[in-house]
Amino acid sequence: MDFAVSDDRLIEMSGAGVRRDGRWLVSNVDLAIGRGEIVTLIGPNGSGKSTTAKLVTGVLRADAGSIARAPGLRIGYVPQKLAIDWTLPLTVKRLMTLTGAQKPAEIARALEAVGIGHLASASVQQLSGGEFQRALLARAMLRRPDLLVLDEPVQGVDFSGEVALYELIARIRAETGCGILLISHDLHVVMAATDTVVCLNGHVCCRGTPQTVLQSPEYLRLFGQRAAGALALYQHDHDHTHLPDGRVSDHGHDHGHAHAHHHAHGHHHDHAGESPLGQVGTGAPRQDAH
Amino acid sequence: MLDDFFSRALIAGVGLALVTGPLGCFIVWRRMAYFGDTMAHSALLGVAVSLLLEIEMQVGVFIIAALVAMALLLLQRRPGLSTDALLGILSHSTLAIGLVMVAFMSWLRIDLMGFLFGDILAVTRADIALIYFGGAVILGIVLWLWRPLLAATVSAEIAEAEGLKPARARFVFMLLMAGIIAIAMKLVGVLLITALLIIPAATARRLAATPEHMAGIASVLGAIAVAGGLFGSLSWDTPSGPSIVVAALVLFLLSMLVPAFRSGRIAGGDTR
Repeated sequence: MDFAVSDDRLIEMSGAGVRRDGRWLVSNVDLAIGRGEIVTLIGPNGSGKSTTAKLVTGVLRADAGSIARAPGLRIGYVPQKLAIDWTLPLTVKRLMTLTGAQKPAEIARALEAVGIGHLASASVQQLSGGEFQRALLARAMLRRPDLLVLDEPVQGVDFSGEVALYELIARIRAETGCGILLISHDLHVVMAATDTVVCLNGHVCCRGTPQTVLQSPEYLRLFGQRAAGALALYQHDHDHTHLPDGRVSDHGHDHGHAHAHHHAHGHHHDHAGESPLGQVGTGAPRQDAH
Repeated sequence: MLDDFFSRALIAGVGLALVTGPLGCFIVWRRMAYFGDTMAHSALLGVAVSLLLEIEMQVGVFIIAALVAMALLLLQRRPGLSTDALLGILSHSTLAIGLVMVAFMSWLRIDLMGFLFGDILAVTRADIALIYFGGAVILGIVLWLWRPLLAATVSAEIAEAEGLKPARARFVFMLLMAGIIAIAMKLVGVLLITALLIIPAATARRLAATPEHMAGIASVLGAIAVAGGLFGSLSWDTPSGPSIVVAALVLFLLSMLVPAFRSGRIAGGDTR
């Protein structure tokens, strides 16, 4: 299982697959993450992104293929869904030491870094979605992991917070040299700091630098209208534009979805309207993603 | 003072409550109330098996409760009936089989009520030794496994990814549950064990800001309930086990009057 290589690879999967109830959730996934590398997994809902992340973290065992890890690989994990029951009294500070002891000064520093230093004594159930995500990120990075696995780390975070979080993630990489596996269906993020994009739909559709993936026919076929949006976003990526998250189902190949784009835009405008003015106004002038 | 049946009962009950506090918190956090109940009910089958095989009763109860927990874990892995239904089946069938087996062993004269509702006033010095020795072992393991247990409670995925082996922690927790049931059965009976686990823990929730506080407070509240219940039992000549549960309930109801512990933004958060 361990990985007797001297190079910078932290984890290497080859031909990995997970089978449940007679169906392959993902199959034949090749994935390697090196020290200091940011790999982003993108794909529609149900494409096996989280399953692949769980293979990386060891939460799931592969039913096919092999997974090699660097010896003593230290993982920090931010899962996609986490609900902490009200019955469990847990302060933000206490959450930081969930899987290992930490120095109080380090905890304070990590909470400051993610911008929730003032919430150290708040109970986690009182946090907003964005604050909770930041707390989880702070917890994962406090472990000084070799590999940080972030499953949709910006969910519930508003746009300015999202930018800040991605800057933080890039900074963690720069400062600690850890590898990062980022899972996202938020395509414009892919543009920022990612070294490798792996586009998943039950199997690996395509991979490469963000630019190569954006132009690959497999990617365009898989995301259809969403791909166009992402391209537009790439040209003015400071604009506040939300992608129609979760709108694209498994029928990504269906051209009939062209209309969905307009629906998505309706949603996008509504959403922007709800945002505080300060956030919308900071970027470039608003432009339609068309 | 160990010569006095009331003192013995008090010492035994307080010892038990100190252990059920932290364990009960995990049961509340992990939403395992019905699971605990099922394991406790299976204790009666354990009693019957012990009588049949002529082994030490606590040993038989421990083994059967652990087996029932394992059976449930295995059944949960198969698609089919919900955990809820499986628990219902296991809970009542083990209780019923136990009762039927005891009825067949007509050569025995046993006090069924004692097993169902406990007889803390009949506690012997040997029982006290068992409670404190067994309780210390259980508490020691809980402390030793505290971090993995808690991490697995918050998120099994995080615990697994970060190398804390949540499956092992869960397995050990089942054994600890079986252990506490074996120890507690004689005191409060199979029908009331879960109450002693859950009610003090639920009461402690409103008073605690961290998991560790809650576990400690639950232990103290459990001990108060035991003392209150025993004194009530003595004063009004009521059955001791149910009186302890009633005392625990009174504490729970009183805690509802206390506003929920306000941590963070409102109370401590901005002042530190």
